[in-house]
Amino acid sequence: MIKGKFIDNLPKVYGIYTGGFLGFIILMSIAESMGMSAKAIGIAFVSFTVGIYAIIGYLSRTLQLDAYYVAGRQVPTVFNGMATAADWMSGASFVAMAGGIYFKGYGYMALLVGWTGGYVLVASLLAPYLRKFGCYTVPDFIGTRYGGNLARVCAVLVLTVASFTYVTAQINATGTIASVALDIPFGIAVYVGLASILICSMLGGMRAVTWTQVAQYIVLIIAYLLPVFWISNKMGAGIFPHLMLADEVARIADLESQFGLGTVKNTAADLATVPKGLAGITKAHSSVNTTPWKFISLAVCMMAGTASLPHVMMRYFTTPSVKSARRSVGWSLFFIFLLYSSAPMLATLSKLSLMDPNLATGIIGKSITEVQNIDWYQNWNQANLMFVSDFNGNGTLELNEFFMGGKAVVLATPEIAGLPYVISGLVAAGGMAAAMSTADGLVLAIANALSHDLYYKIIDPKADTAKRLIVARVLLVIIGFAGATIAAMEIQGILGSVIWAFDFAMSGLFFPLVLGVWWKRANSQGAVAGMLLGLLSGTAYLIWVRNGGAGFWGVTQLTFGIVGSAVSLVSMVVVSLMTKEPDAATQRMVDEVRIPSGKTVLGKQH
Amino acid sequence: MSKQSKHWEKTRGLLFITLAIWFVFSIGIFFFGAEMEASSFRPLGYPLSYYMTCQGSLGIFVILIFWFANRQEKIDEEFGYSEKEDD
Repeated sequence: MIKGKFIDNLPKVYGIYTGGFLGFIILMSIAESMGMSAKAIGIAFVSFTVGIYAIIGYLSRTLQLDAYYVAGRQVPTVFNGMATAADWMSGASFVAMAGGIYFKGYGYMALLVGWTGGYVLVASLLAPYLRKFGCYTVPDFIGTRYGGNLARVCAVLVLTVASFTYVTAQINATGTIASVALDIPFGIAVYVGLASILICSMLGGMRAVTWTQVAQYIVLIIAYLLPVFWISNKMGAGIFPHLMLADEVARIADLESQFGLGTVKNTAADLATVPKGLAGITKAHSSVNTTPWKFISLAVCMMAGTASLPHVMMRYFTTPSVKSARRSVGWSLFFIFLLYSSAPMLATLSKLSLMDPNLATGIIGKSITEVQNIDWYQNWNQANLMFVSDFNGNGTLELNEFFMGGKAVVLATPEIAGLPYVISGLVAAGGMAAAMSTADGLVLAIANALSHDLYYKIIDPKADTAKRLIVARVLLVIIGFAGATIAAMEIQGILGSVIWAFDFAMSGLFFPLVLGVWWKRANSQGAVAGMLLGLLSGTAYLIWVRNGGAGFWGVTQLTFGIVGSAVSLVSMVVVSLMTKEPDAATQRMVDEVRIPSGKTVLGKQH
Repeated sequence: MSKQSKHWEKTRGLLFITLAIWFVFSIGIFFFGAEMEASSFRPLGYPLSYYMTCQGSLGIFVILIFWFANRQEKIDEEFGYSEKEDD
């Protein structure tokens, strides 16, 4: 493949690809009207898209170090933005976010604010400077800036803990979707998901991941936006839902008080009959339902975590210049914004279509037997994502008698609203794309840190290129399998582990990264103390609260990063000031990093 | 003062402005969730608290990053630190 030509032709290549994908959707809807079964459509969607990613992964294979580690540093600004958006938006964003908003309302929205606000920190504090540095991985920056193998190893440790927590959740999500769409048991589906993830990243490293992520972004954004617009128009809620749902939001608030939200409570005995993992609507849809500190502490953790998660940061190592790294952050957030601003709209449409008795789809207030006979209710009840029960015995479905799984908001709403099955197939493909793209980025981040920072920089600095690339690939497969094995055990829910990953990253890496650029006096001893004590105290706090500890400052198991990073900051500053200031060469290096022009601090091949 | 430290001073100034705006819309306004909800200012008809979490703050962050990038490029140009290669 002629590379220069490929880069020049990107808009054309991906334009054709998008057109082809839209064509495929139309083809499937024709097939559906001709009697193709729902199951066959689901299989066609998932296997077609995954097949394309595999082809892209194969075509992007490489034997060069800087192509494998940083895609040859020639990914254009806007395309890097798309790839980052796919890298960023995980299975949790795609499948679980709208559900979280649906059930928890305002309190949950702290995640949206946090997961977007963090990019301001990325753009202003870190990305351009790390790009100028010219590192391959995040520990590469820590190791060179602070000097010494100990700092490097600590960074690898924090990176691995955070990313591994995250990646098990993503492999779990690919497994869930593959098992539903392909109709195979979860334990096998997890490895099918893993195989597709590895095909995309093994041969071409960062280069392959970049170009598959762009393709995955296109699939996932179409799969998310199309149903939102379609449902909104079908319900007559507005042509452009984002700007026009104010009446619907107000209507939900009216219905909530009409149906006695918050006044009618279920007994514990009744709730015990509800299948595990399902929840009823207990929180107001739009009104403020949490304390400012709860909201803000969660948002702060997600923002600082965003700025410390290595798989996002390393995407900005692939741009051609410092300037484009900076702009690329803006584009990333723009592409993320397209999906995030749609999630609350989907939650609103989903809730209203179930609640409003004036709509044909509304079920609250109908008789229980009538609801139990609806086709989609039976399907999703079987999938263990929906449940109704006549607690008060009046034969009518009340708001407090309807239960749903968080994933159902994204997965089932198209069917509830009466959209053709082709949309459900599309949504499955989108969810698969979201989970795969994030898993790819994470597995690569871990494997690259281990192969570059641990193996090459510390264990065998004389290894030649071929050997380094083989080690990188072997590690990739090992990490992938380890992740899949843990995912198959299903220890923690998808969203819970994602939030933990942010807290781990924030505890150990946020201040060592930021101060590395912004505080010349920060030295190796300080950074090591900051990383280790931050990670340890954060982890200790998590274990303490998990085991019934009371906690302090209102910090919960979802926001333990606040404790971890506070310890990290204090110990880093104190230890740095107590020990010798960095030598002149290191200080010059920091000065060098702060100037955008000129050569990178580390050489092109290192 | 050397050219380099002047450049860094300006860069730092821009950082503080950027972080101040970021702070207001990611943290500051959410101290006043209840007040925002009660406010009669309702963008597009949504309650203000709801609007800011759905679109408002998110959109401001997007604009803020592009604004920041432009300002930083101007600073770099002023001191002759912009990169030669264009993307």
